Amino acid sequence: MLRELGARETDLTLTKKILDLNWGLILLICIVASVGFMMLYSAANGDVNPWASRQMMRFAAGMVVMFVVALTDIRIWLRLAYPAYAIALLMLGAVEVMGVIGMGARRWVEIGPIQVQPSEVMKIALIMALARYFHGLDMVEVRRIPYLIPPLVLIAMPAALVLRQPDLGTTLLLIAGAGIVFFAAGVSLWKFGAVIGAAIPTAFFAYQFLHEYQKKRILIFLNPESDPLGAGYHIMQSKIALGSGGVFGKGFVQGTQSHLNYLPEMRTDFIFSMLAEEFGMVGGLVLFALYFLLIAYGFAIAIRARNQFGRLLSIGLIGIFFLYFFINIAMVMGLVPVVGVPLPLVSYGGTSMLTLLVSFGMIMSVYVHRDVYISQRKY
Amino acid sequence: MSTARDKEKARLFTRRALLLGGAQAALMSVLAGRLYYLQVMQSDEYSMMADENRMNIRLLAPLRGRIMDRTGTEVASNRQNFRVVLIREQTEDVERTLDRLSDLVEVPEDDRLRVLKETRRKRGFVPIPVMENLTWEEFSRINVHSPELPGIHLEVGEKRHYPYGNLFAHTVGYVGAVSERDLRNLEPDPLLELPGFRIGKSGIEKYYDQPLRGTAGTSRVEANAYGRVIRELSRQEGDPGEDLELTIDVRLQNFAVERMGEESAAAVVLDIHSGDILSMVSVPSFNPNSFTTGISVKEWEGLRSNPKNPLTNKAVTGQYPPGSTFKMIVALAALEAGVISPDYKVYCAGHTMLGKHKFHCWKRGGHGKLGLIESIEQSCDVYFYDIARKVGIDKIAEMAEQFGLGEKLDLDLYGEKKGLIPTMAWKQARLGERWQVGDTYNAGIGQGYVLTTPLQLAIMTARLANGGKKVYPRLIRNKFQSIDGLDASAAPEEIGVSKSSMQYVLKGMYDVVNGSKGTAKGSKIDLNDWEMAGKSGTAQVRRISKKERLTGVLKAEERPWKERDHALFVAYAPYDNPKYAVSVIVEHGGSASKVAAPMARDLLLETLKLDPVGNAGPKSASRLRGQDA
Repeated sequence: MLRELGARETDLTLTKKILDLNWGLILLICIVASVGFMMLYSAANGDVNPWASRQMMRFAAGMVVMFVVALTDIRIWLRLAYPAYAIALLMLGAVEVMGVIGMGARRWVEIGPIQVQPSEVMKIALIMALARYFHGLDMVEVRRIPYLIPPLVLIAMPAALVLRQPDLGTTLLLIAGAGIVFFAAGVSLWKFGAVIGAAIPTAFFAYQFLHEYQKKRILIFLNPESDPLGAGYHIMQSKIALGSGGVFGKGFVQGTQSHLNYLPEMRTDFIFSMLAEEFGMVGGLVLFALYFLLIAYGFAIAIRARNQFGRLLSIGLIGIFFLYFFINIAMVMGLVPVVGVPLPLVSYGGTSMLTLLVSFGMIMSVYVHRDVYISQRKY
Repeated sequence: MSTARDKEKARLFTRRALLLGGAQAALMSVLAGRLYYLQVMQSDEYSMMADENRMNIRLLAPLRGRIMDRTGTEVASNRQNFRVVLIREQTEDVERTLDRLSDLVEVPEDDRLRVLKETRRKRGFVPIPVMENLTWEEFSRINVHSPELPGIHLEVGEKRHYPYGNLFAHTVGYVGAVSERDLRNLEPDPLLELPGFRIGKSGIEKYYDQPLRGTAGTSRVEANAYGRVIRELSRQEGDPGEDLELTIDVRLQNFAVERMGEESAAAVVLDIHSGDILSMVSVPSFNPNSFTTGISVKEWEGLRSNPKNPLTNKAVTGQYPPGSTFKMIVALAALEAGVISPDYKVYCAGHTMLGKHKFHCWKRGGHGKLGLIESIEQSCDVYFYDIARKVGIDKIAEMAEQFGLGEKLDLDLYGEKKGLIPTMAWKQARLGERWQVGDTYNAGIGQGYVLTTPLQLAIMTARLANGGKKVYPRLIRNKFQSIDGLDASAAPEEIGVSKSSMQYVLKGMYDVVNGSKGTAKGSKIDLNDWEMAGKSGTAQVRRISKKERLTGVLKAEERPWKERDHALFVAYAPYDNPKYAVSVIVEHGGSASKVAAPMARDLLLETLKLDPVGNAGPKSASRLRGQDA
């Protein structure tokens, strides 16, 4: 009976926790990251240096962090939710202030020797804060509008700061990720309809305030062929890479678009185009399947969790992971504008790799502490 | 703690999570669909675009056809052009590499600065030309030291070369870079866009540019986004241009140019049966090699300001009054029209009156009573005033046209001039004036409105010598003749002048050189088989005033060069068995018999010696050798 009520909280030893980690999920993460190593190896014309080796080292370091996060008690994350959000917001503010002082547009701050992108931290911190907030509401409160105002403020502040950086892609990602938490928490459907209904005219209005290059990206997105040598070049070359790959691809390290440098940003945002060029539709669908499994894993963990914080945290984080994946792939296929979102776990880059592994660490922490009961009002 | 509420919360969450999962799965299938659309349905189109991206077609310039003389000696050839290029990315220090290169060959300061400028502007892998036209010695010296010269590469290109320099400047012409105007006017050819490509700019090089040019080869290469060539995928060699063979004999051409020396003159030597131009000379000339690599301003100004016009081909574009060389035409016209008989005689008192106007004979005292043959021999003007008046200008013009005067002769050169043979209708139409008998008088001695080119006079002489066959001048021996619609093998049209009339005129020409009173008796060829027949002519540059006639006309040598008469001479040989014809004009040469006739004689004699056409007979040749020895 106690067990059913989530009374496992006292008998979780470290050994048990380690044994209870989602090894299947870890394996999937390793496989997807290895796809990235492989493509970086190809991007260097068949050499682990300079990119694949560095990416592997970052991944290894990130894995360590992931384990630490996963083994940390979920209740500590619950307690840290608001402070983490506050720190992330402060750092975003600091970036903004530094930009104003005259160091130009920046997206990162220096803490000692490490460069930190506050917007990356905020992606996790915002989901934590929202999960924390909705954890404390009961079913009745969730349906009442006044209770929805604080979490909306939680979203609005970082969204406004990130938009000013300016980073449209991350802004949308934050809003969409938060939306998933709202939805999962049980906010009624008509309210989403109302918000979206209000968002469309707002978007038209906001368009006026976008930077010239952001406006151009949206316009070029609608008709990439109109500007084959300018901003539309990226999308056009990416589509050529994909299309010319065909069903089975041109072969590993054989992609002409990527190896002859026609494909831009092939190590970061456009890494999927290179993969689909070299491994064709078959390779692309295999990668889709891997992502599908990863995301399904995340959903399963969310549904399995016994506490609302854990459920909302994992569904929010896996939701952001999905959005990363979807926006990146849709972008390189010319379905959405080029917004500069990397392919999660695959694209070259240290910051996003660390953020993602921390996210997965939290999702695993939710799994490890799935039966821990956390009172609605306790914290 | 309310388990019921928790359970409800969990159920709501699960429901919402499944909804979200469903939506995400739906979005993923959209991505999969898009992947199918791009990689299967549109794959062909994008594959083509990927190939367009990476594949570049480069043109390979074909080797330009050579031009040979009739003996097969190259007069326009392609010479190896030794070049040095620099590839920036292969050297760490461009300046030091250039310094080292300067130790081996002299690198002009201009070139050095240009190279340094270009290395900053162009991508690192683009070869930048440093120097051209190196000698073999310089080339091999750099080659030996190449390990110390990072980034320096040696290339062997082709450039047009004219080994005989100024000998063929006007006939063969020269090549040059393609200008904006050429691009507009010429038929489109991708070769024209090729950097450094040369096309014919004048002469044969221009006229036969198409066959000489050949067709471009192509090389398909794979290039990356920055234009760097990664590898060659396939290569298709072009067709080199066709070789052309001139009718000119380089030895004769050389002789003619040397013989004419410093004069401003032109000469044409023809094979009277085929019309083959064995030599065509216009002096002074210029060196076409200067034009292929780019001529200096100083040299160009020098050529342009030279009063002897080295840039014009006087043999085909120079128009001069034929003077007395025209008298054969007048005589034939009169004989054929039946207005005179061969033994018709005229008394020459040194002048004749037409109304109030006095028309002078060149000989002040007059020739006395003369027949046709003597009139040609001594070039009596009064006789020809008389018969010209009798036959009339239109009949003379008809005869002149039959002999190739006053019309273009379809030569394989641009800029050929047609000369002018006046008629009554022409004067009315052109000048709006009635034709006067005085005009006929002037035309009768090849003055007044009459204009001819040296080439036309040579053709006239050839048609006289070959018995009235309409030969046309030919410059090219091989198949390109058919381009002009001129079939070399077709028998030439007959003019249809009676043989006897022709005989009288030719006898007159024979006596000009060989008669006791002949105007050119000093220039005869003293060999029985090779006797020459000809006719002198003097073209007045300015009218002789009445006062001058009274005080005595100044001798040519005493007048300023520009005011001296043009000296002309036309001739053919051998008289018994005619083979070669020649026309010579020396601008402001003064006396035809003293200047032009000996030149014509020497040219014919050299032609007979060389006998480029053959069949002069071993007898004559051996006899000449005997005489030389």
